[in-house]
Amino acid sequence: MQFLISRYNPETDDKPHMQAFEVDVQRGMMLRDALLDIKRQDESFAFRHSCGEGVCGSDGVNVNGSNKLACITPISELKTPIEVRPFPGRPIIRDLVVDMTQFYEQYKKVDPWLVRKEPAPEQEVLQSPEDRDKLDGLYECILCGCCSTSCPSFWWNPDKFLGPQALLSSWRFLADSRDQATDERLDQLEDPYKMFRCHTIMNCVESCPKGLNPTKAIGNIKNLMIKKAV
Amino acid sequence: MALAKRRFDALIIGAGGAGLNAAIQLADTNLQVAVVSKVFPTRSHTVAAQGGVNAALANVSDDSWHWHMFDTVKGSDYLGDQDAIEFMCREAIPTVYELEHNGVPFSRLENGTIYQRAFGGQSQNFGGAQASRTCAAADRTGHAILHALYQQNVRARTHFFDEFFAVELLRDDEGAILGALVLEIETGEPLLIEAKSTILATGGCGQVYRTTSNAHINTGDGMALALRAGAPLMDMEFYQFHPTGIAGKGMLITEGVRGEGGYLVNKDGERFMERYAPNAKDLASRDVVSRAIVTEVKEGRGCGPKSDHVMLKVDHLGEEIISKRLPGIRESGKIFAGVDAVVEPLPVFPTAHYIMGGILTDRYGRVLTDQNDTIMPGLYAAGECACVSVHGANRLGGNSLLDILVFGRAAGLNVLNNTPASHRKLTDSAIQSAMARLERWDQTGTGLSVRELRDEFRRTMEDHAGVFRTEVIMQEGVNKLLALRDKLPDVRLQDHSRVFNTGRIEALELENLFDCGIAMAVSALHRQESRGAHSRPDYPERDDANWMKHSLYYRAEDRMDYKPVTTEPLSVDSFPPKVRTY
Repeated sequence: MQFLISRYNPETDDKPHMQAFEVDVQRGMMLRDALLDIKRQDESFAFRHSCGEGVCGSDGVNVNGSNKLACITPISELKTPIEVRPFPGRPIIRDLVVDMTQFYEQYKKVDPWLVRKEPAPEQEVLQSPEDRDKLDGLYECILCGCCSTSCPSFWWNPDKFLGPQALLSSWRFLADSRDQATDERLDQLEDPYKMFRCHTIMNCVESCPKGLNPTKAIGNIKNLMIKKAV
Repeated sequence: MALAKRRFDALIIGAGGAGLNAAIQLADTNLQVAVVSKVFPTRSHTVAAQGGVNAALANVSDDSWHWHMFDTVKGSDYLGDQDAIEFMCREAIPTVYELEHNGVPFSRLENGTIYQRAFGGQSQNFGGAQASRTCAAADRTGHAILHALYQQNVRARTHFFDEFFAVELLRDDEGAILGALVLEIETGEPLLIEAKSTILATGGCGQVYRTTSNAHINTGDGMALALRAGAPLMDMEFYQFHPTGIAGKGMLITEGVRGEGGYLVNKDGERFMERYAPNAKDLASRDVVSRAIVTEVKEGRGCGPKSDHVMLKVDHLGEEIISKRLPGIRESGKIFAGVDAVVEPLPVFPTAHYIMGGILTDRYGRVLTDQNDTIMPGLYAAGECACVSVHGANRLGGNSLLDILVFGRAAGLNVLNNTPASHRKLTDSAIQSAMARLERWDQTGTGLSVRELRDEFRRTMEDHAGVFRTEVIMQEGVNKLLALRDKLPDVRLQDHSRVFNTGRIEALELENLFDCGIAMAVSALHRQESRGAHSRPDYPERDDANWMKHSLYYRAEDRMDYKPVTTEPLSVDSFPPKVRTY
C-alpha cells in the first residue's frame, strides 16, 4: 500500500514536499506501524512516538486532513491515498515533527495544578464518588495537541486564544471539588481572546483521540462565569 | 568552537515519576535544578502504569505497612533487602496522601476516601486473606500521577530541558560524577551540564526484547550511563514478564482486571490458576501466574487457532464495573484485540514488562560501586533504573509506582541535604571522553545499519535471555551477544544531519540496549538456581545456601561479583526465607 508522507529537512529543503513509500500492510496494523516501517526504509525520516498504545500522546499527526494519534489509528479505517502531514498551524522542525512550544505555554497559562489554600490534612482530602465523577472526561487528556492544532481560532491567534486543550484543563480544575481557586481561575479568563475566541466549530471534539469534549468544557466555564456574575 | 555549558546544583536525568518526584522536593528550595528528558515529561512511561500504587491505608480491608512488608519480602522470593522494603512500605502511606494533596484524581469510596483494589500477592495478617491495598485512579493511575507531578513542577517553575538526550556522564579522575553531556535533539547541538549532584531516573529497558509492554523510549539509558561510569548493575537476571499482555502484541492489560474479579481460562474453559495457586488463584504473584500461562500453552491447552495464548474473562463483571473501574483496558481491548471486554474474554500471553535489577543504590538513592557499599560521589539513581533492592527476584504489582515515588523523593531529599558547597573542577579529559561517544557516530562510509544490528540483538535476547533459561540456551546467547557487540563499531549512520535526527538518537540508544542486555544475559547465566522470575529447568529449586545473594555485573571484562542480601529490617524482626506458595 502506498503512503504519501510530508518530508522536510531544514538543512537541505526550502519547503516541505510529499514523498511516496510502499508499505506491506498486514491485518490489524496501526498507522504508527506503517510509519515505523517507513523509518526502517529511510533512517532519515523523523516522527515522534513512544508508548504505542495511545497514552503518552507523542504521535499526533495529520492524516488525510484530520488530526489523529498514529498508534491507535487502524490503517484499515483510512481512505486511500493515505497522506500523512505534520499538525497544521505549527512551525515544522523536520518531517512530521512540529514545534509544540506555544501549545505547552498556553497549557501552563491556566495554572494547571490543584490549588489548596487550607493546610493539608494528615490524610486524603475527602471527595465523594459523585464529585470525583465530574473529573471523568477531563483528567484523561494526554496533551497530544490534536484538538488545539485542528482549531481555526488557535491557528489565527495561537498567542492570545488559549485553545481547546488549555481550556479543558482549566475546567478540569474548576470542576474539582478539592480546588480552592475558582475565582482566580475565572478572573484569568475574563478577556476577549483567552476563551471567548472559541466559536464552537467543534473540530476539537472531532479530533480528540481520547473522546474528550473541550467545547463542552468551555461551555461549562462560561455558564459558571454567568452564575458567578449574578 | 567551545562547547556550550550550563551550571546547576542538581541535574535530574529522566522526567517520569521518580525524576519528577525528586525534582519537586528540590524545586521549592534555593537550589538550582535542571531536569533533562529525551521526551516531553508527560510522555515518560510512568504514564502507561494502569492498576495503581500500594499503600496500607486500610480504606477497604484491614491493613498495615508491616503486612505490606511481609508480602513484598515474600514476593521478592527473599532476595529483597528488608531494610529498604520496610522503609518503602512505611513511606507508602504519607507518599500516597502527598500525591492526593498534589491533585491526583484517585477514584473514591462512598465515604470519600481513596479507592483501593485487590492486587496479586497481597495479604492481610502475614499470608492470610486477600488485602485490597492498591490505590487507583480507574485504570489510569500512572497517567494521573505523572500529570499531577508535572503540574506541580510547572507550578514550582522547575527548569526543564525537554527533548534533550543524555549522552554520557562527566566523570573526573577520582571517579566523581560532575554532571552530563547532553544533546539537544531539536538542534543536534551538544551541551555540557555541570552539577554537584546527578540523579538518574531513566526507567526500564524493555526494548531489549521484541514483544514488550515497554515504550519505544525504554532503552535503559541511565543503567548504561552508570555502567560506563564504572558502577555495577545488580540482579539484572531478574526480568518480569507480566502475565497479561495482549496476545501477539504485548500491550498491557492491568492486574487490576483480576483484582476486580476477572480470571484466566484455558481452551477447555478451565480456571487453571486454581491448580497452580489454590489460595490466591489468579492473584498469585506475577512470576507464578506467568509460568502457569506458559505451562498451559506448552502442554497444549492454549486458545486460538495456534493454541498460543489463554483467555482473560472479564465480561461477568458487567458493563457498569468495567466502564467505571477499567475503562482504559476496555478501550485497549477494542483497539488492539478487536474485542469488547464487556462481551468477550481478552486473548492474553505474558509480555516483557519490568526489570527488577538496576543501578545498585542504598535507600537514600546513592549509587554504590561494590559489596562494601562504597559511594560513587555525586551520583544518585531512583526508580526502575535503580535497584535498592525492594523487588528482589520478583516485583509485586502496585509496588513499581510506589518504588519510583518513595525513592525519587528520598533521592531528592538526600541531594537537598547533602549538596556540596562548590562544583568540582570539570576536566578536559572528562569532556573529551564524553564527546568521543557522540563523535563516534559522525563516522561516514558504509557499514551495518542500526536497524539490522538492533533486530538481531533483540531476537537473540528473546530467544536466549527470555523465559526459557537452561545452561545451553543461555551460554549460546551470551556468545552470540558478545559477537554482536563486537559488530557495534562497524555500524554507520547514513544520515548525519543535525536537526531532530532520530536515527542518531536510536544509534546511541542501541549502545545502551547492548550494555543492559549483556548485563542481563551474563548475570542470568551465572545464577544456578530458580528464584522469582529467574526460572531454570536445569536448576528448578531455590538454593538459599548458595544463592541468597545479589549479583553485581561490571562492564569491564563482563565481570560478576556478589553482595549479601540485607535480611535485617530497620525496626521489626526479620522475615526468614520460607517455601513460597500462594
